[in-house]
Amino acid sequence: MDITSPVDLAAALRDVGYLPDEGIATAAFLALKMQRPLFCEGEPGTGKTALAMALARALDVPLVRLQCHEGIDASQALYDWDFPRQLLHLRALESGGGPVDDTELYSERFLIARPLLQALRQAPCVLLVDEIDRADDEFEAFLLEVLAENKVSIPELGEIRAEVPPLVVLTSNRTREVHDALKRRCLYHWLEHPDLEREVAIVHEHLPEAPETLVSQVAQASRTLRTLDLLKPPGVAETLDWTAALTALGRTSLDVQSAAATLGAVLKYREDNDKVIKSGLDALLFG
Amino acid sequence: MTASQAAPAPRQTSEQPAQPVLGLLGFVRVLRAAGVAADAGRGLAFVAAVSELSAASPDQVYWAGRITLCSQPDDLPRYDAAFLAWFGATTARSATSEELVSLPSVSASLTGPHPQTGADTEEAEQLSTAASAEERLRHKDFSELSAAEREHLRSLLTALRYRPATRRAVRRRPARRGSVDPRATVRSMLQAGGEVARPLMHRRSRRPRRLVLLVDVSGSMTPYADALLRFAHVLTTAAPATVETFTLGTRLTRLTRALRHRDAEVALRLSAAAVPDYAGGTRLGETLKVFTDRWGQRGMARGAVVVVFSDGWERGGAELLGEQVGRLARLSRAVVWVNPHVGRAGYEPVQSGIVAALPHLHELVSGHSLEALDELLEVVAGA
Repeated sequence: MDITSPVDLAAALRDVGYLPDEGIATAAFLALKMQRPLFCEGEPGTGKTALAMALARALDVPLVRLQCHEGIDASQALYDWDFPRQLLHLRALESGGGPVDDTELYSERFLIARPLLQALRQAPCVLLVDEIDRADDEFEAFLLEVLAENKVSIPELGEIRAEVPPLVVLTSNRTREVHDALKRRCLYHWLEHPDLEREVAIVHEHLPEAPETLVSQVAQASRTLRTLDLLKPPGVAETLDWTAALTALGRTSLDVQSAAATLGAVLKYREDNDKVIKSGLDALLFG
Repeated sequence: MTASQAAPAPRQTSEQPAQPVLGLLGFVRVLRAAGVAADAGRGLAFVAAVSELSAASPDQVYWAGRITLCSQPDDLPRYDAAFLAWFGATTARSATSEELVSLPSVSASLTGPHPQTGADTEEAEQLSTAASAEERLRHKDFSELSAAEREHLRSLLTALRYRPATRRAVRRRPARRGSVDPRATVRSMLQAGGEVARPLMHRRSRRPRRLVLLVDVSGSMTPYADALLRFAHVLTTAAPATVETFTLGTRLTRLTRALRHRDAEVALRLSAAAVPDYAGGTRLGETLKVFTDRWGQRGMARGAVVVVFSDGWERGGAELLGEQVGRLARLSRAVVWVNPHVGRAGYEPVQSGIVAALPHLHELVSGHSLEALDELLEVVAGA
């Protein structure tokens, strides 16, 4: 499929069940056209990771995911050698009395490709670098180098370069400020919670069996919850969970009793629970 | 695109006739003046992005600019305002909260005029030898320093040694004792051509814990603010990656970036410019809540040592403050409260704020003098 405008990309994303707003569609379109990584920030549950997954499906390319964590390093992100297999190979050669060849030991056969190398090799693909804010500064610098060059060099094998650069989506929850050098390389998009109409559409998309009245009532209630200054305001995922829970109970509309029984699907802190109960479920549902 | 009143006449370029590149770059300049760090590279990306889209649609120009020129949520309200001012177009606007808008900052000198300045010369005479002066200074309350002593204190502060608290790291490092490292062992066997080698060991190393400093800069803390921010600067230069500093007052201000400047004077000047509520009122509970919501809970306070410098005078409800300190205590490794008045004779923790916070604290220390700050560092290292 040929994508020539954000509208095309939005349609392609919609076809795979991701409903983007104009900002998301434009950001992803520009990332694609300008071949720049897209840096997505936003509250948890606004669809940052889902965007990368949907892009892979919409563009019909593989998704390679690199989950970042504290202490992640090049051998976990790029490549590593399979030492035990090399050793076995060496033993086998020796017992057979054959000559030992170094180049064979450090060949494709014993190379373990980690996500970044996989992405460079499989390109075109979507590379999701999830929660980059959890990695250390040094890892950011390393990542920057790989993304800037779209190649890696492995001393024993030589250079591996991506013909087409992968479409890179980085996500961050802002637990830490990501280095400016990395951000400068990227396009930046701040994701908001979807508006009511889009949230209703998203729930319909994922839970087609949920009754229409219920879906719009739950989406509206989630929106109200987001204004209550909670420790963890519900994201789209929570709206989905809540709707699913109510549907499983056979409800067709949201009432105080069933809302109270299923509040655990939306609120993840006791303090939030108390606050909502105190401010009155009636107000939340019908206010 | 809506023609701008202030935009220079568009220049015709060969590839993109009638593309008002200059108008776009003019907007970038305006945006920079509004405080968004949009450098030349970002400006070029903006022009490139517009050329990928339809320059006739204000919405598309809006998004192209937002995606290429902004780099943090704080930029968004400024971007929206600048966009409206330059292009005059109303577009799909982000519903960014009011709270994100940074108020214009007020420059305030962090070294306020001091009542004892007049006694300078007399006091200077009393400082007979440098050594005894230093010893005196170590124990003297920051609020009672003369201008000369203040000057001296600055150099003494830089001599403080920061030893961060540590935690066990996830990764292991080669070590002489510990558990067998299979990968390294096999690799070394491989190097030896497959010969059985001595097993190599590894063990978990230790990594520094993050240190979060929350400095109350409200009116009642003014005599201490300068020394405390300098203290924060000393710690930041010692371990730039793991020390974070915020000021509390009527609002929360992040000073980490300003304090990372190596030069103490530059760092302090930047800090002064960044703190709009210096020597103002306090809403400790509310500002702490902003910290925990926006930073703490997302990870900054997790496993960290949090140090709150405040006298605990809370104008708002102490209940909220207690709640927030409790939250911080649950998120972090330890919450250490530094109250300069603790060092005074006959101090009783009776301020409503302190009383509410007390049950959640790892330790309550004084931090009113150099000696006391040294003790604080001991507490932090042991947390």
